Formats: sequence, structure tokens, C-alpha cells
Amino acid sequence: MSKEPKKKESILRNSGVQTIIGSLLCIIIGLLIGYIVLLIINPGGAGKAILAILKNFLYYPSAVAATKYFGTTLVKASALLMCSLSVLFAWKVGLFNIGAAGQYVIGVGACLYCGLKLSMPWYACLIIAIIAAALVGGLSGALKAYFNVNEVISCIMLNWIGLYAVNMLLTKVKEQSTPYTRPLGSTNKSALLPNAGLDKLFANNEFATIGLILAVVMAILVWIVLEKTKLGYELKATGMNKNAAKYCGMREKRNIILTMIIAGGLAGMGAGIFYLTGIEQWMVQQTSVPAMGFNGIAAAFLGGSNPIGVIFSSYFIQHITSGGSYVDKTMYCTQISDLISAFIIYLCGFVLFFKMWLNRYLNKRDEKRAAKEQKGGEA
Amino acid sequence: MLLLIQYTLIFASVLVLVALGGCFSEHSGIINIGLEGIMVIGALGGALMMKYLPAGTAAPLVIILVILASVVVGMIFSLLLGVAAIKFNADQTLVGTALNLLGPAIAVVLVRAINTAESVDNVSSTVAYGHAKKAFILNIGKFEFNWFMLLALLILIASYVILYKTKFGLRLCACGEHPQAADSVGINVYKMRYAGVLISGALGGLGGLVYITAGVSEWKFENGVAGFGFLALAVMIFGQWRPTNIGLAALLFGMFRALSNVYTGFDALVALKLPSTVYNMLPYIISLIVLVFVSKKSRAPKAEGIPYDKGQR
Repeated sequence: MSKEPKKKESILRNSGVQTIIGSLLCIIIGLLIGYIVLLIINPGGAGKAILAILKNFLYYPSAVAATKYFGTTLVKASALLMCSLSVLFAWKVGLFNIGAAGQYVIGVGACLYCGLKLSMPWYACLIIAIIAAALVGGLSGALKAYFNVNEVISCIMLNWIGLYAVNMLLTKVKEQSTPYTRPLGSTNKSALLPNAGLDKLFANNEFATIGLILAVVMAILVWIVLEKTKLGYELKATGMNKNAAKYCGMREKRNIILTMIIAGGLAGMGAGIFYLTGIEQWMVQQTSVPAMGFNGIAAAFLGGSNPIGVIFSSYFIQHITSGGSYVDKTMYCTQISDLISAFIIYLCGFVLFFKMWLNRYLNKRDEKRAAKEQKGGEA
Repeated sequence: MLLLIQYTLIFASVLVLVALGGCFSEHSGIINIGLEGIMVIGALGGALMMKYLPAGTAAPLVIILVILASVVVGMIFSLLLGVAAIKFNADQTLVGTALNLLGPAIAVVLVRAINTAESVDNVSSTVAYGHAKKAFILNIGKFEFNWFMLLALLILIASYVILYKTKFGLRLCACGEHPQAADSVGINVYKMRYAGVLISGALGGLGGLVYITAGVSEWKFENGVAGFGFLALAVMIFGQWRPTNIGLAALLFGMFRALSNVYTGFDALVALKLPSTVYNMLPYIISLIVLVFVSKKSRAPKAEGIPYDKGQR
């Protein structure tokens, strides 16, 4: 009988389980805060609105429509997954890649320009998007390695520079009468990612492409690189202590730059697999960096900075972000989901403390139990 | 030319205020990357105060109330960082980033809720405050003097005095350099760090208010403050965490930012035929280049970013 609670304890002590509990708590508290905000704005429809956010595509009564919009949410989630992998990869090496947003923008610019202006096929567009974004990421890395420029600040500056540069570049391929770029589907069909039968799976949703599979494959690849290869080990060692890594004969400067190149490439690939489906056109007068990269930060931390966990957290963040567009717009606005995901990031800061607290609590409980047992033995 | 000076001064005021905020926070040992979000929230507080003040309020009263609103709101918002970083040892970069996302999200949700409540068709995130804004401006000939320019200068001087000439300032710096040593002589490190974060919240909020009143009389909160919080951080690093240098750095950065507003007034610049986007990019490019040159021998407070642990030696 005494064995059973002990087993339960070992599960609670497991770091992975603790992370999952922490993330779930973040989600629950985040949603609760969102609900309270909705209540403050208008108590009448708050319950319905939060349900709409959680239901997302289930909002449609017909199964066909719901499946189709499920596909669309997945497409967006795949781009988000790439961005959060980018953030996660850098974070594992001790770098905070807030520039995922800017690298993503650069990827958008590169793939759309190649697709629309240079009429390249999809694989060329995708590769160029990855390379362009990787270079921008690598620039931040090089500035950090050689000039000690804080990567957060340089990334932010590059976000804005990238946004304006891409706006300038894509003005060349915009529609005459609108500020949007020409649609990819009608301009250059060969630039669209192949569907590979996935569209049939999602009620003929033509945006469901091999991008979905690529994103998941990349998540697994990132996990393998970080956990199972020498390179991953070296990178993580550099992240933990730059000087110690150098002392052990690792090239710490190269490692920092390489990390940012890979992180940038991942974000650029996210842009490629999203925009090369033709799902959206870029607005060339955009004055703010797209939220994709910043939501990537939320997803990365909510997923416990684990590549496999991030698959689920990215989907969740995208699910509520898409769900935001179904709230009753006569009372609330769609940005309520941004508010919720921002709160979730904030709460993720407490996960470490939560783990510490939980361990301390478990230790105390063990001590008490041990003391009790001892007493029992004495008596 | 006069216009360039005017815009340079007002943008420099914004940068000085926010960079000094960051300076206080970092000297206490807390990295405040959330200044951008704090600016948005401060701007929101000020804008709403201006919107709801009755039309006939006397100018000095308007100034005091509006400043008070943005300062208080900024301080409350900065407490989110303070509590997480000081009490719960959270990662300061992560929480700061969360603040940057929270600020605009809160502002947009709130403003749109207010606008929609006023009329169902109004889904914009814009607050108009043209009327109350006039209180801040004094026309001297063609030059539009803004009271905030004077305020920024006064705060700059005050910061210098506080940081280097008072007991409080020196203790604050000690907490950012070597908190264990500070604690050993009886300084409460936690209190000092809260003070640093709160001051940064107050100055950040005020900076946000100045930013949205510079040249325009309504603000669309969906745009946030366009990376100005981060430019201010670059100013702070360029100024090597010292008030006087921060003042000079802010003037330089302010000028580049002002150029994008007024470059059409210079024949030489118009003749270059650069697209206006280039001028928009300019402050960010310059700050990146500047950072390359000054980051190598950084005088950052040594213990910044590290949660204070009493037991650690």
C-alpha cells in the first residue's frame, strides 16, 4: 500500500511532467484572465466569446466547413511552429531570438519576390527564403560574437529594417490598384507548394500542402540535432558557459553565429511554407512587424522549450489566435486572443519558480512522511 | 531647418526620458526590455486622460493631470516586471518581452472596447485628443515649444544628481554592481530593485505620452510606439549608462528620427531621390552601426539580469 503514493510522487518529480503541468496552468490562468477582461468590457457576451475563441473552426455547424477551416488553422500553425522552433533553437544555446519576426519577414520578401517577379519554382523560392533569413539571423549572431552587441537589441533593429526593406522590395510586385502583392496562384502556379493529396484530407482546402509535413519533420529534426548529435551538444555547452566551451576547445564564436544562422533559416522556412501556399498576400504598406514571430516566442516557452512539445503549443496558440476572429464583433475585438497569448508568455516566466516551489513542497512532504514513519517505528 | 530642430528636440526628449528609465532600472540590476510596452501603456493612460478631461480645464491643470496619469499607469504596469523578476526570479528578458506584447494588446483591446461602446460601427483603435494637446504647446514665433522638452531637460539633470550625488543613487548603483556586497552593508536589495523598476515605469510611461503628442493629435494604438522603446535602449547603451552621455546620444538619434518627418524640407535630401522608406529605416540602421562600435567595451552594470539570491556568495 505504501508503494503506490511513492510511484505517484516520482511522476510529479519528473521534470517533463512538471513542465506540462506548468504549461497547462499558464493556459488556464491565461484564459481566465482573458475571460475576466471580456467580463469587464461587456458582461453579457463574455461566456460566449471565450467559447468562440476556444471553439475556433468548430464554430461552423457543417462538418465540411469545419474540416476546411481546421486545415487553414493547421497551415497557420505550421508557420508558427517554424517560428517557435527558431526561438527555441536559439534559446537552447542561450540566445534570445526575438528577431524571428524579422527573419520571417525577410523570408516572406525573398520567397514572394522570387515567386512573383523571377517566376521561380516552389523549391527554389523556399530555399532562397531560408538562405535570406539565415543570413539575417547570422548577422545578429556575428554582431554578438565579434562585437558583443546584445542580440535582443540587434534583432529588434533588424526587425524594423527588414520590414521596411521588404515593403520596398515587394512594392515592385504589388497589384496596381491595391497595396497587396499579386496573388501567387494566378501569377505563377509553379511557385505553389504541392498539395500531395493533403487538400483532399481537409475538404479540398487548397492551402493544405506538404508544408504541414515539412514543419513537423523539422520539429523532429531540431530535436535530433539538439539531443542526439555532437553539434547539438557543443551548441548547448556554448550556451551554458561561453568561456568554458572555449576552454574545452569549442569554437564559441562560430557556434553563436551558426546557431543564429539555423534559427534564422527556420523562421525563413516558416515564411516560405506559409506564403508559398498562396493563402495570404503581403500588404506592402504594413507598419508593424507581423505577430507570427512574437507568437513563436509564446509557443516556444509554452511548449517547455521542447521541440516536440512545441508542436502542440504552436497549434494551441494558433487555435486561440484564429478563434479570436469568431468573437462577437459588436462587443469585442479579435485582439483579445493576442492579449491572452501575451499573458501566457508572461506567466511562462513563472514556470521555473513553480517547479522550484513544487520540488520544495515535495521534499517537505517526504520529510514529514519520513519523520512520521520514524515515529511510528519508535512507538 | 527650424522644423528639424523642433522635431529633433521632441524626439530626443522621448528618447532621453525612456533611456533614463532604462538606466535607473539597469543600475538597480534589472534589465528592462519591456520599455516599449510600458511606453504604450503610459501613452494610453495619458491619451485617455486627455480625451476625458472637460474642455474648459485650465492648461496647467491639464498638464499635471495628464502627466500624472501616464506616470502612474506606467508604474503600475512596470510592477508586472518588478514582481516577476524580483520576487519570483523570472527570466527578465522573457518577462520584458511579454510586457512588450501585453502593452499594445491591452491598449488595442481597451481602446477598441471604448470606441465600440461609443458607436457600434467604430472598430478603430484610435484615440483623438487634439483639444487637450494644445495645453502642452507654446508657440514662440514659428517654433512650436513643447513643455515636455523642458521637462526632459530637468529630469536629465535630476537623474544626474540623483545617481551620482545622493545616497539613494549610489546605493541603487551598488545593487546593480554587486548586490551581495550591498546587502552586507545593510542595503535592502529587493527594495532598491523595486525602486529602479518603478522609476523606469514612470519615465517610460511619460516617454510614451511625449511620443504620441509629438506632432500628431490622435494616435492609432495598433501601431504601438514603433520600436522607440528599443531605440531608447540603444541610446542607453550608446550613452554607456551615464545620464550626460545619454542626453547627447538622444540628440543624435532624435535627429535621425526627425529627418524622416521633415526631409522633404531640404532640397539637398530631396535631390537624392531616396524613397521615404529609407528615412524610416535610418534610425534603426544608425543604432545598429553605433552599437557595433560601443558594445565591445561595455560599462553595463555587472549584476544586471541576474536574479538576486541572498544565499549566493
